[in-house]
Amino acid sequence: MITAGIDMGSRSVKVVLLEQINVDSAPQLQYAVKKAHLMMPGELDADQAAERAFSEALAAAGVARDDVKSVFATGAGRKQVAFATEGVTEMTAGAKGAVYMYPNARTVVDVGAEEGRGIKTDAEGKAVDFAGNEKCAAGAGSFAEAMSRALQLTLAEFGEASLKSDRTIPMNAQCTVFAESEVVSLIHSSTPKEDIAKAVLDAVASRVCAMVRRVGIEGEVVLIGGMAHNPGFVKSLKGAMGVDAVSLPDLPEFVSALGCALIAAERQH
Amino acid sequence: MIANYGYKDGSGDYYISIDTDRCIDCAAGRACLTACPKEMFEIITDDYDDEVACIKQANRRSLAYDCADCKPSGGYASLPCTTACTPGALKHSW
Ligand code: SF4
Ligand code: SF4
Repeated sequence: MITAGIDMGSRSVKVVLLEQINVDSAPQLQYAVKKAHLMMPGELDADQAAERAFSEALAAAGVARDDVKSVFATGAGRKQVAFATEGVTEMTAGAKGAVYMYPNARTVVDVGAEEGRGIKTDAEGKAVDFAGNEKCAAGAGSFAEAMSRALQLTLAEFGEASLKSDRTIPMNAQCTVFAESEVVSLIHSSTPKEDIAKAVLDAVASRVCAMVRRVGIEGEVVLIGGMAHNPGFVKSLKGAMGVDAVSLPDLPEFVSALGCALIAAERQH
Repeated sequence: MIANYGYKDGSGDYYISIDTDRCIDCAAGRACLTACPKEMFEIITDDYDDEVACIKQANRRSLAYDCADCKPSGGYASLPCTTACTPGALKHSW
């Protein structure tokens, strides 16, 4: 049986095609990812983007549409996926995917382009507590990206640069607009780029951490979403949360789509 | 599930938490819907097909302002929402 999970993020569409498998020698292996496909929608409407991303994933995996038993959608644009069987929230999908990959995960930190959130989960991957920040974009990736552009660095260079700094420059502004002007002041005062990069990532981490603390930090902590690719942010987050280790999936941006596909499979039974 | 709706900004933490497990068999007849003068609550079907309360999207970014009339700066003894919700599902962070 094949199911699909589609995560309609604010910047990209992620599709995971999941196959139920039966391996006699390894009965614990129930599922295999057939395809993980990411598409940037550009100018496309959300429904067109979902359709195209799904078609591309099917073609790349060599799977016929009729062979997909169920399609679940998540993410901010999940209601726009007209062909989805059902939609689930980002909390439900993220918790499910994270616990599938890390069975001891109880705290899931999800930081994407536009939103960050903290999720507490049980052993079955059911979200039991969550908190986001409905108002502040400074706790998400797009803020770090905008600041990296101000420093004329790519987001990857920005993350690497921050690792070279051990200075702490507190950024007081809570709002992105004021935070940007703080960064501009730092640039004008010839503060090294490395220190500014660290200050920005520390600020994002501190905002994310405030949400995670609301749900409580417990058990293994897993970071999902695109910001998990940024080593500077990971270091800042560990510091803000006061934890030694944060588990990082190989493809952190696909964890919610994976969770969605898993829920779709479970609800077939 | 404990669902925290709201935000933190320069002036503080503004979250309303809803213990949605208590909403499933609401013993208060969904009193939150009518108790709130700003009509901030609505009932949704969650991901597990349970009918639970949540804060309307339009209010989630402005709780400090929306709740200001119920929370005069001189202090308050009770809130219409938490008083009406006898199952004790609602908590305010501020
Ligand atoms: S918030 Fe309280 S009153 Fe409203 S549905 Fe839930 S338990 Fe009932
Ligand atoms: S404090 Fe007043 S305005 Fe705010 S949720 Fe409760 S009843 Fe509604």
